[in-house]
Amino acid sequence: MSDEVFDKIKELIVTKKGVEAEKVNIDSSFEELGMDSLDAVELVADMEEIFDVNIPNTELQNFKTIRQAVEGLQRAISQ
Amino acid sequence: MPERRVVVTGTGVISAIGHNTEQFWNSIINCQSGIGPYEAVDSSLVRFKNGGEVKNYDPAAYFEPKELDLMDRFAQFALIAAKEAVKQSGMDCAQDNGTRTAVICGTSIGGVVSQEKTYTDLYRDNKTRVHPLSIPRTMPNSAASNISMQFGITGPVYTISTACASSNHAIGNAFWLIRNGICDRALAGGSETPFTYTFLKSWEAIRVVAQDTCRPFSKNRQGMILGEGGGMLAMETLESAQQRGAVILAEIVGFGMSSDASHITKPDQVGAERAIRLALEDGKVPLGEVDYINAHGTGTQVNDSMEIGAIKNVFGDHAQNISVSSTKSMHGHCLGGTSAVEAVATVMATLNDILPPTANYQEQDPECDLDVVPNASRPKKIRYSLSNSFAFGGLNAVIAFKKWEGI
Repeated sequence: MSDEVFDKIKELIVTKKGVEAEKVNIDSSFEELGMDSLDAVELVADMEEIFDVNIPNTELQNFKTIRQAVEGLQRAISQ
Repeated sequence: MPERRVVVTGTGVISAIGHNTEQFWNSIINCQSGIGPYEAVDSSLVRFKNGGEVKNYDPAAYFEPKELDLMDRFAQFALIAAKEAVKQSGMDCAQDNGTRTAVICGTSIGGVVSQEKTYTDLYRDNKTRVHPLSIPRTMPNSAASNISMQFGITGPVYTISTACASSNHAIGNAFWLIRNGICDRALAGGSETPFTYTFLKSWEAIRVVAQDTCRPFSKNRQGMILGEGGGMLAMETLESAQQRGAVILAEIVGFGMSSDASHITKPDQVGAERAIRLALEDGKVPLGEVDYINAHGTGTQVNDSMEIGAIKNVFGDHAQNISVSSTKSMHGHCLGGTSAVEAVATVMATLNDILPPTANYQEQDPECDLDVVPNASRPKKIRYSLSNSFAFGGLNAVIAFKKWEGI
């Protein structure tokens, strides 16, 4: 499942934010991909819609890397 | 020709912590927050459950049915505040004075309560007609227009929409109109009524609203709390106030504004500092005599540390002597109306030499290490005070007040 979550996040970052696919790795930080807090909010909103989960604000604020976002979403999906 | 001076001779306010200035100020000095579960929207459908709603509000106690028919809730709040301010001031806005009087109102979103009704009528209830007055109720200038009609004010009347800085831009514009001789008096402030389902869901989506409450400057702050309300200042030339023997509550001495031109939601400290400096320069305010700042203080991590950083940079060592509090901790963030509500708090603080508290404060944040007046008001001699507003869109507006000492 986490591969599926990562693949989806990567796809969204590439298609919606115009980041080159080869730059998007599991340990990339949003900052180094040129994404700010609003981009992260948008990304998580899309993921919530796709996987039908809710990510609390307090958790979202801690998403600095793609790995953290994947793990956070994974936890929400498995609940 | 000496520069014209501008004074406040009346205040009006309606908010979660009081339906008039007396109630509002009593709540502030007692550190009573009006934040709690909102009722206008089914909170089971929204992730955050609390807000600063105006409770026990009966429109019929203020307006005739024919008047109510014309006004959205946001316009009602502006007019209620304006009536209170004019009554206290005793100013004559009409007849010969009407053309020399301005009304400037701030609002971020205008008549969204009425707009929401048109949406639910059409999209949810499948009606084919909406209320015939939907347009005049919804238009953002309806608050200013209704105030103008109420008092017969025929001078400059307009609305400013700069998100959460709207009302400070309104007050600042009115101050400059009077100081520069365009007008002799003004009603300036603003209002907002954001408790609609679509609007709450929009705030939910952008992830800046706290789950619990508004804790400005507290390390464990989670974000802002939405509030509703309106505030208004009755302002006039010092000459006019003295001629008619009006009680002067405070002097407005400076206005500064700037744009970050940086990020649509993330505030830029450079822009905030510039607005503060410009207000101080405009009012020829001695830095060392600023005793109180009513902060923008939203309770978001980003705003509050940025704002304290800006204050430190502008004031240097004197920042340690300035008390900085956020009354949003009690009335919530009234968006386009918030700086009007906060202007009333700042005028009352300066008049009474009492510092409004920052309610709900729990934990010191090293990045917000100034005197934030935690959890209790207290007396302090206030010579000059500032009211800060830093809006989404990077738009900043700061008003400088001076205690009226009789000269």
